[in-house]
Amino acid sequence: MLPYVVRRLLQAVPILLAVAGLIFVMFSVIPGDFASTQMADGRTVVDAEQVARMNTQFGLDDPVHVRFAKYIGKLMTLDLGTSFRTRQPVINSLLERIWPSLQLAMAAMLFAIVIGVPLGFLAALKPGGWLDMQSMIVAVSGLSLPQFWLGLMLMYGFALILGWFPSFGYGDGSPRYLVLPAVALGVAPLALLARTTRAAVLEVMNADFVRTARAKGNSEVRVMRWHVARNAAVIVLTTLGLQFGSIMGGAVVIEKLFAWPGIGSLLVDSVSLRDIPVVQACILLLVLFFLIVNIIVDVLCALIDPRIKYT
Amino acid sequence: MLKKLIFTTAVTLAAFTLHSQAQEPRRGGTIRFTAPYATSFVSNDSHVSNSVQDEIYGYALHRSLYKWDSVNNKPVLELAKSVSTSADGLVHTFKLRDDALFHNGRKMTADDIIWSYTRLMDASKNYPGAAFIRRIKGALDVQNGTAKEISGLKKIDDFTLEISLIEKGEPGFLFRTATTSIFPAKEAQDPNFFNKPIGLGPFKFVEHIPGSRMVFERWEKFYVAGKPYADKLVISPMGEAAARDVAFRNKEIDVSILGPTQYVAYQADANLKKGILEVAEVFTRNMGMNPTHKPFSDKRVRQAINHAIDSDLIISRLVRNKAYRATSWLPLSSPAYDKALKPYAFDPERAKKLLAEAGYPDGFEFEWTASPNESWGIPIVEATIPMLAKVGIKVKVKPVEGSALGGIIAKGDFQAYIWSNTSGPDPLTQMKCFHSKTPRSSCNYTTFSHPEVDKLIDEAGATDDLAKRNEILKKANAILYEEAPVWFFNYNKAVLAHQPWLRGLQPNATELALQYYEDLWVDETSPAAK
Repeated sequence: MLPYVVRRLLQAVPILLAVAGLIFVMFSVIPGDFASTQMADGRTVVDAEQVARMNTQFGLDDPVHVRFAKYIGKLMTLDLGTSFRTRQPVINSLLERIWPSLQLAMAAMLFAIVIGVPLGFLAALKPGGWLDMQSMIVAVSGLSLPQFWLGLMLMYGFALILGWFPSFGYGDGSPRYLVLPAVALGVAPLALLARTTRAAVLEVMNADFVRTARAKGNSEVRVMRWHVARNAAVIVLTTLGLQFGSIMGGAVVIEKLFAWPGIGSLLVDSVSLRDIPVVQACILLLVLFFLIVNIIVDVLCALIDPRIKYT
Repeated sequence: MLKKLIFTTAVTLAAFTLHSQAQEPRRGGTIRFTAPYATSFVSNDSHVSNSVQDEIYGYALHRSLYKWDSVNNKPVLELAKSVSTSADGLVHTFKLRDDALFHNGRKMTADDIIWSYTRLMDASKNYPGAAFIRRIKGALDVQNGTAKEISGLKKIDDFTLEISLIEKGEPGFLFRTATTSIFPAKEAQDPNFFNKPIGLGPFKFVEHIPGSRMVFERWEKFYVAGKPYADKLVISPMGEAAARDVAFRNKEIDVSILGPTQYVAYQADANLKKGILEVAEVFTRNMGMNPTHKPFSDKRVRQAINHAIDSDLIISRLVRNKAYRATSWLPLSSPAYDKALKPYAFDPERAKKLLAEAGYPDGFEFEWTASPNESWGIPIVEATIPMLAKVGIKVKVKPVEGSALGGIIAKGDFQAYIWSNTSGPDPLTQMKCFHSKTPRSSCNYTTFSHPEVDKLIDEAGATDDLAKRNEILKKANAILYEEAPVWFFNYNKAVLAHQPWLRGLQPNATELALQYYEDLWVDETSPAAK
């Protein structure tokens, strides 16, 4: 197993480099740069010399290939560069935002798992039944609702009307502040998990080995727990890993909406102000998270299903 | 119409001021303020950013040599008790306050000002405040690395500072924003200083959770006796208007800046309507025309565009009356605003005639660069398209991202653009944007050039008499009206909604979201009154 994990981690390096290259190219071709974005904001009388100085300071007047070579060179030494906005190392900005982002992602994931998996499981027990219909309505709605709108509706319903939770902010990091953004972020993965679980359970329930287990006189609970649930779990876990990416992506919108101090809101700010080193670092970090979570998922799948062997 | 607007604004402000003064300020409680623009606070260092968001917290933590007097609409001394100016108008001698204490209890001296201004000229950092400090003699030498000290800053004694400027001008317009805040010279050099910065402001720094909030507590030794009133101040960056609206209605925040849609909704609500503060801000929304696009080189074409668009209709229907009709460049709240000027009349026939005289009887086509902004972006452009089509002008919209707009315009990569530009508070600085010597990359975006305007601006800059200066600038502003380098669309009406328990708000025309927190207080009905 360990060689597999090491190999997967090494495979992540070219992926990260490719992502870094892609972000670099994208920000080289889209209009706008940090200096003019900051200085030519319509509020201040622009000091053209200042803009020129800033471009020189941040190396923005170098040719693209020179900038790229410098950037990759730094990246190889794990130097993420200096933020144009704060004039501080990018790593400082990331460090202060990682924990709130993880808190939110984990809470959203937990919400999705705790509700989505049992819902899908129960729906599969009586396909076409009342619960199945209801859970699928929830699933389809969850997948189709725009997160931004859903977040606003949650604010409106649970903060303004019911007064159960604060509508925004981080507070002291307590669960009260976490609930609404986590639910807004977790509804889409919940819906997908419910559908995936239902499909996986239905598929496994019709498998030969389940029929055999029943024929051998195993109780329904034992059949469900030992044969159906364990086999369906591999598919569900894989979906879970993939959904982590969507949660991290969705956090970009939700964190901004709820004034949650995570990587997502840092990314939005940095994109709008063209703070390229921070944008690059945030995206690389999100990609890294995604890769690590999926390696963990693969390892867990192997632990659950002995038929899966990694060499 | 305009007189009515001015009168209404004046009455609102007067009533608001009287209302605020009617009650004895209450000590204690927490002010829950919002920073309503798109991005979070950049850092704990007020020198690194010139965004309004950072200015909003800077007003709590720091002080500058001057502050903005919102009632009288002018800069006033803050960290100095008096100033005397030399006969040539270049050397200003400040008698500094001897009771201004940093949050560690140390007294501010002239050294702190000199150090702060010198820091701003650090060429390796390119602080935005350098744009102001460079007007001090010798400041550019520091930036260029040929000097270590700014020769125009001279310490006479601990509480007397002499500042020599390179040209005449009111120093209050240069040294009043948070980008020129005074930092403690010795302490700010500590590498950990910005983890818990100190300043001269009315509130002490407690914590900053990036992207979520900044928390401050009362500085007991603030130099204005009895102020600040509140025990605590929490500022949350909340760029999303809909989320801010829910938080405001839920009484979680004390203020919110309103956009056109919310403005209508709040006015329609009997309770919310009571807590609305409106100010004519110093921003002019306009469509700039690039004279390198041949039709725009003819002033008759530019005038035709001003006649062809029904600005009043757009202001009432699309901007929901959250703006004042622009006459020329200088806005309602500018001391050089010309009440005698009437806006261009909506007159398509006159527009057609002007186009025919200019050689475009069948009109022409141009590309209009615009951002998605609801008040001065693509929705406005779309509204003008049928109006311009009626006089034969075809518009091709070029959408760009809001943050990229300024860069594109500064480079001249447009035929026409729509933008909201600052047009105050200093009328001289703003009119210089139409001086032929001012490059496009600074603020002369339409590369406007008119010998008479140049002459008037130079003349205004040379005079010490403020009233006379304003009269001269009015003349330049009138020529601008006639030359129409832009479509004069509107002046922004900033609208701030506040909870009934928040008192002491100031009608700041430079930016309504900027408040001096020492004047704010919450009454006992606030949920955070204790």
